[in-house]
Amino acid sequence: MLDTIIYTLQDFMTYTKGITYLIMGGILIFMPLFWYFLTGRE
Amino acid sequence: MALDKPVFIKPKLTLFNIIIGIILVMGLILTILRFTKGIGAVTNLDNNNPWGIWIGFDLLCGVALAAGGYVTSASCYIFGLKRYHSAVRPAILTAFLGYALVVLALHYDLGRPLRLPYPIFYSQGTSSLLFEVGLCVFLYLTVLFVEFTPAAFEWLGLKKIRAIVVKLILLLTIFGVILSTLHQSSLGALFMIVPSKLHPLWYSGYLPIYFFISSMFAGMSMVIFEGSLAHRYLENEMDATHKKEASGVAFGFAKAASLIMMGYCATKLIGLAVDNNWHFLGTSWGLWFMFEVVGFVAFPAVLFAMGSREKNLTMVRFAAIWTILGIILNRLNISIVAFNYHLPAADRYFPSLSEIGTSVFIVTLGIVAYRFITTRMPILHEHPDYKAH
Repeated sequence: MLDTIIYTLQDFMTYTKGITYLIMGGILIFMPLFWYFLTGRE
Repeated sequence: MALDKPVFIKPKLTLFNIIIGIILVMGLILTILRFTKGIGAVTNLDNNNPWGIWIGFDLLCGVALAAGGYVTSASCYIFGLKRYHSAVRPAILTAFLGYALVVLALHYDLGRPLRLPYPIFYSQGTSSLLFEVGLCVFLYLTVLFVEFTPAAFEWLGLKKIRAIVVKLILLLTIFGVILSTLHQSSLGALFMIVPSKLHPLWYSGYLPIYFFISSMFAGMSMVIFEGSLAHRYLENEMDATHKKEASGVAFGFAKAASLIMMGYCATKLIGLAVDNNWHFLGTSWGLWFMFEVVGFVAFPAVLFAMGSREKNLTMVRFAAIWTILGIILNRLNISIVAFNYHLPAADRYFPSLSEIGTSVFIVTLGIVAYRFITTRMPILHEHPDYKAH
């Protein structure tokens, strides 16, 4: 349990920004695929 | 087809008119009660909950759902998508009525109609977000009124003044988009002052962005929904061009709304990550949050995408209604449900019947005004003297 506790702002920013960048990477892959699905029949 | 010059139409005694009449009489009684007995006589508001459904529904939902005006006129006049031209006038009319009713609803909450011009002309609170919202709504309502006037001038036969206003349309559209960007986002920013009162799943530094992005697909969904209603109940007012373009408008807006809604879901996900709110998702509030975002944004986004792809108008119209419900749910969650979430149940707000009755009255006024105008002025068809503007 102890290893999931964030003690400093530095840790908090590193953790949340790291997760955010991973999500943004996922979005970068997902959105063009969704666009491809959306316009696939045109 | 609507009359192209002003004449008196005798109202018919239909079931619809009787129900409308009952609601209007009830609303007038509630209005008299509100302005003679005070806000406490008709609402459940208190010091913990000073904003109820008159703000949460009438104002926040009203402004979001009236966004069809700027979305449609920007598509047509700024992005040059002329295939949406037939949707501009109904969308502008809905937006104009929506904003006019927002201002009317605000009178019920504030209770001092004669003081309405004060924040703009007498005592400007330039450091307040509410001042910015008030100024934008005041200016945008004026812009919408001017954008709506060509239809009225055509009906009244005032050709010269109509020609002047038509020349200003592009300028007004640009001004309208700027004002909408400002106040749609500022309505979200209003809630950034209550970090300890609004549940962390809804509270975010991105609230202004959420409000602005969601207003775009709210406006598009309203244009689709309103188009389907017009097709069903006001078909005899529509000319061949409007009927022909209606499905194209629905599919085009469905495609755009779908992409924007997926983008909105993405920003919601980023908001969760930035604030590290993942642990709340396992709570009952988390389930309610997921119900809103997945059930009323991601789900209709997929429906819009499938409907647009398969050219399925029924699916697109269903998704539009679902999205509108989602917008209402989102605004009510932020302003009422997740607001003051830490208070004991006895201190939580639930609207009184009079508050709900007043909101129904205000929405009914909008429906009556919309029907009155569309059955008289060239909104759903082109006036024979002014074809192809």
